[in-house]
Amino acid sequence: MELGRVEGSIVSTAKAGRLKGYKLLLVNLIGPDTKPSNNYVVAVDAVGAGEGEVVIVVRGSSARQVDDLTNIPTDTSIVAIVDSIEHNGTTVFRKGA
Amino acid sequence: MKLGRITGKVWATAKDPKLIGLTLYVMQPVDEYDAPLGPEIIAVDTVGSREGDLVYWVGGAEATFPMRERQIPSDATIVGLVDRLDIQADGMA
Repeated sequence: MELGRVEGSIVSTAKAGRLKGYKLLLVNLIGPDTKPSNNYVVAVDAVGAGEGEVVIVVRGSSARQVDDLTNIPTDTSIVAIVDSIEHNGTTVFRKGA
Repeated sequence: MKLGRITGKVWATAKDPKLIGLTLYVMQPVDEYDAPLGPEIIAVDTVGSREGDLVYWVGGAEATFPMRERQIPSDATIVGLVDRLDIQADGMA
């Protein structure tokens, strides 16, 4: 999986039938240092993530293992909202800090 | 499967129910000499590994399979701890 920061949401009327009712978010992929990158993905949100939050993104067919998303055409899903990250012995991110 | 070195840990309260009870680690994929291979990723632990451990992990769709009781939404799952790695003198790992 990868870390990402939610930077926006996608508003889309014309979408695949099976995507109807699902929230699509624009996610900036980041490393443990949580610094912004030039890498963006559109992800189906499975956990109620909001803008600005650091999340965990699952890619590929694994993205459909979320119960709710089994038959959904997605290859990128948000499966967790990050509270904190410890890296090489130091806390490098804490939600709300 | 590939080798990885656990470099950190991620805490997440709000997560997919299938991930509850599993530890999420920051992991650096490494080669057989412990040199980094690409960016660090987040991996699900199923074997009780700890920070600093050398592990082996599965990626892709197979990462959903390691647990007997359920499939999990993971694309990188740690499936074993390396106790020792023997490399032949001619460089064959």
